[in-house]
Amino acid sequence: MHLKAFALSALDSATNGGRRYHVWMGSLTLVILVGAFAYYIQLRDGLAVTGMNDHVSWGLYISNFTFLVGMAAAAMMLVLPAYVLHDVDFSRAVLMAEAVAVAALVMVLTFVVVDIGNPLAAWHLTPGIGYLNWPRSLLAWDVIVLNGYLVLNLAIPFYILYSRYTGRAPDKRKYLPWMYMAVMWAVSIHMVTAFLLAGLPARPFWNTALLGPRFLASAFTAGPAFVILLLWFIKRETHYDISEGAFSKLALITTVAAQINLVMLISELFYKFYSPTHHGINARYLFFGLGEHRALVPWIWGAIALNVVATVGLMIHPVRRNMRLLMPACAILFVAIWVEKGFGLVIPGFIPSPLGEIVEYTPTLVEVGVTAGVWALGFFVLTILVRVALPIEMGSVRSPHIGEEGTPVIRPRSTEGRFADRRPVRTR
Amino acid sequence: MNPDLSNGPVEREDGTVLQKRVDRRRALGILLGGAAVGAQALSACSPVAPVTDEEREAKLLQWQEYIKKNYRFMTDEERADTITRLERLAKVKHNIDVRIQATPAQPGVMFGYAFNISKCKGYRACVEACINENNLDRRAGTQYIRIFEMEGEEVNFDEADATFQHEVPAEGHFYMGTQCFQCADPPCVKVCPVGATWQEPDGITVIDYDWCIGCRYCMAACPYWARRFNWTTPEVPAADVNPNQHYLGNRARKKGVVEKCTFCIHRTRQGRLPACAEACPTGARVFGNLLDPKSEIRWVLEHKRIFRLKEDLKTEPRFWYFTD
Repeated sequence: MHLKAFALSALDSATNGGRRYHVWMGSLTLVILVGAFAYYIQLRDGLAVTGMNDHVSWGLYISNFTFLVGMAAAAMMLVLPAYVLHDVDFSRAVLMAEAVAVAALVMVLTFVVVDIGNPLAAWHLTPGIGYLNWPRSLLAWDVIVLNGYLVLNLAIPFYILYSRYTGRAPDKRKYLPWMYMAVMWAVSIHMVTAFLLAGLPARPFWNTALLGPRFLASAFTAGPAFVILLLWFIKRETHYDISEGAFSKLALITTVAAQINLVMLISELFYKFYSPTHHGINARYLFFGLGEHRALVPWIWGAIALNVVATVGLMIHPVRRNMRLLMPACAILFVAIWVEKGFGLVIPGFIPSPLGEIVEYTPTLVEVGVTAGVWALGFFVLTILVRVALPIEMGSVRSPHIGEEGTPVIRPRSTEGRFADRRPVRTR
Repeated sequence: MNPDLSNGPVEREDGTVLQKRVDRRRALGILLGGAAVGAQALSACSPVAPVTDEEREAKLLQWQEYIKKNYRFMTDEERADTITRLERLAKVKHNIDVRIQATPAQPGVMFGYAFNISKCKGYRACVEACINENNLDRRAGTQYIRIFEMEGEEVNFDEADATFQHEVPAEGHFYMGTQCFQCADPPCVKVCPVGATWQEPDGITVIDYDWCIGCRYCMAACPYWARRFNWTTPEVPAADVNPNQHYLGNRARKKGVVEKCTFCIHRTRQGRLPACAEACPTGARVFGNLLDPKSEIRWVLEHKRIFRLKEDLKTEPRFWYFTD
């Protein structure tokens, strides 16, 4: 009864909106369709239509994959202060962060699917009917942690929203243990993804103990930065009130993470260049180029420059507290990390090859099309999730069956917000 | 010829034929049976719907191939079945008669390879032989073997050239060949998420091309750049196909899967030399059974100064370099 009403009102929320909403979703759909067409070409002709080759065997897809795993992980880490420490300011941000996590995971999984050469054989990964090489293969670990994380991030917000929708208070005993689990799980998805690369002695560029921590630091920078942008947009466009406090806390997390991220970058640069060894040759290609091969040099220095500018900016209190400066700083950080941790991390691992051959990589139009399509899909999913969650959060959408016979009403709901059911909150 | 097919009424396209065949497959087959019917129905509407009996037969065989197991976990009977299907498919689709072996590793055999740097002159006869023997993709120009031309006396891959196009041997240069080294502790095997690649008891690391999902993690894991990917459907002119094939070796590969050198598993398990060793005009290539104390490879390992590439990675390649 409630479930059907929930599905219908979710559909209602997702499909109704103003002109700008429809234009936005229409544009995303268009890009998704372009991506689908590009993917069709790739399926028909093989991955030869991409810029990848036997030397650079992972490209734009896996670059975006590693970056987005970080986005997914970082979003959930914001949950910790909200649910576990009962920080009210913050918990308004959390549901949105969870939506970001789900959207990022959808992109992550889609990027893996578009990258594999024989997607029809993907069922081979299913334990039981197929064979999952667990625990030996880190990719098998990744399959498990990513899918598990997706389930957690769908189930927890669904439970909370559904409870609100049906006029019940979410039962902490039911969701809090899972919440704790999800937070730890968030660390694991990113560490596993880092280990996936770091565990390859064949690729000294990735084969460093710092890779896992660096992944976390960069994720904690880009993730909250994106959530800030999203919340700012929501605050501007809706009546969903997000306090200044939430923004300042998020901005603080972003700033600290960005600083740590820079420290790690410096550490990496020192390690690779103070006493250069042969193992540093990929880093040399990335940062300085090898002979005439220097395709990534402008990208990485551009990214570092943006990174430093934004980080230094955020470290200045008035800048961080000024919304009109905070937003561009977050946007810059997001882009900088996307470059640095995306193709700045994956592609130089392959150049030069383990036998010293240099073959450079340039993505093709088809590849860019598929990538754009996947990103559009992510934004599409994110928009719908936010669209569905917000009215329920704000109390403007409730099940029509509340109060009917047999419907347990634990506590009357107010439209005040979701925190009436919590124990008293510390005031500061 | 598959006896199942010779007497089966494959000309009918309705559910009964499919159902009957699907019933006999394992649980997966039953689960996915609906998908098969759906796929059939879909393909019936498409312009490329099968029209002849042979095309229908090919469709059915392809479906059965699609739901088969990892070769490693197949019973002997299942292995025989899939080989029959593959041979039939080669005939139906490309009109090529191939013989696919499933020759297992022979007891008391561990293959090893030694490469004489002093003798190699860079003729690349081995590369040529390998391409022909292993049905390598002619369009993409896939090569398992790479011959590096090095200057002076120093082994330095950074300065080496593997794409040289001039008369050899070039003055003041020497040559070093690489291919899959069949490591004793292969990093590529460890990383495969579906166990599509593994090491056989005779030391050869093989790939089940039909089980590979094409994630290319093994290519990232190989320190010797030994693995190749089929970026598109490989092409070998029908007249040039080597019909003497092995399931784990040179049989037809498909788009989107990884392949590599198998020390010519279809030859070496029958006591012959790999094509590269046989083709080498200078005698730079020594291949043999490491467990046979009287083999030439053992003599080389015992009497020559030898080294392997990237020993620090502890992959323990079974491929050594030596000089006269």
